Amino acid sequence: MSAGLLFLLQRGTAILLAPLVLVHLGVVLYAVRDGLDAAEILARTRGNLFWAGFYGLFVLAVSVHASIGLRAVLAEWTGLRGRAADTAALAVAFLLLLLGMRAVWAVVGAP
Amino acid sequence: MADAGTADGPVLDVRIWRGTEKGAFVRYEVPARANQTVLDVVTWVQRHREPDLAYRFACRVGVCGSCAMTVNGRPRWTCRTHVKRLPAHRPLVLEPLRNLPRIRDLVCDLEPFFARWERAGGRFVPTATRRDPLPRIAPDSTARRAVDAGIECINCAVCHAACDVLAWRPEYLGPAPLNRAWTLVNDIRHGAREEVLDRTSGDAGCHACHSQASCSEFCPVGLAPTAAIAGLKRASLWRLLGGSRA
Ligand code: SF4
Ligand code: SF4
Ligand code: FES
Repeated sequence: MSAGLLFLLQRGTAILLAPLVLVHLGVVLYAVRDGLDAAEILARTRGNLFWAGFYGLFVLAVSVHASIGLRAVLAEWTGLRGRAADTAALAVAFLLLLLGMRAVWAVVGAP
Repeated sequence: MADAGTADGPVLDVRIWRGTEKGAFVRYEVPARANQTVLDVVTWVQRHREPDLAYRFACRVGVCGSCAMTVNGRPRWTCRTHVKRLPAHRPLVLEPLRNLPRIRDLVCDLEPFFARWERAGGRFVPTATRRDPLPRIAPDSTARRAVDAGIECINCAVCHAACDVLAWRPEYLGPAPLNRAWTLVNDIRHGAREEVLDRTSGDAGCHACHSQASCSEFCPVGLAPTAAIAGLKRASLWRLLGGSRA
């Protein structure tokens, strides 16, 4: 993948993440202030397509954004370049995607 | 001029790097003057204490770009750096520039610096001969102003020494060559503008820059390579999205 495309993807996901993070923080504040317990939260999220889409997109953006950043950190701090850095970054992207999607499924999926 | 080889009266405590990659700081006492540049200090040591001290200078007035050194840990042009105006610091510590191989004492090898100008496509490619009419370029056009902002580089490599990304990624093109590249991308007379973008938008090019602006902070002539690099990033993005260059 070209350096320009990686740059575009990273900045693009950053723009996407800005509002997503704000909404996410709002949701956390709302849930905590209203004293909702786990069962009440799950009752609101289970089967809710909006939150499935919201957090699905969130996880996707994080996986892309973080792994591209990590690729640069690896190049600068460990000297890992080229194919090796690409592979490591890709592995991290898939790991984040997997863990994140599992969490999304736990919150919005069927019981 | 009172340039005696004795150090009566107020003296500066100076440490100068002697040697190559391996070496040591040597201490000198240099007469303090009311009006004295760091280059004057080095010259005094060379004339009165160490005839074989290696250092570079030519114009002594901030034009040639050859006198840059690390002064108290910061890259500076020494001929225009007044000892009195340096932030309080004792002793005065002088080393060669960072991020370049050391040849001897205060002199480093600039070949890797200039090789990057070539790699960035920094050589002008003419599109006309002397018999063609001069192209008309509006002085207030965006492109012409972008060229103006970066054209006065004196190739001193101060920015090169100031850049942390270069210290971490030796293959990075660095601020000065990218600044030069941006002036060429905006120069309608240049015959290889797309090629300059190709050469500067790779992994070791503009996208490696953190925009932290050490280069712009230290550039002695007040250029802003960071802004030029941001221009290259934008241009490479537009090209990627199928648009024209910036
Ligand atoms: S702005 Fe870019 S080129 Fe300038 S010092 Fe920082 S990383 Fe280096
Ligand atoms: S951009 Fe400034 S600091 Fe860098 S080489 Fe040119 S004049 Fe020197
Ligand atoms: S000696 Fe020429 S710029 Fe300093």
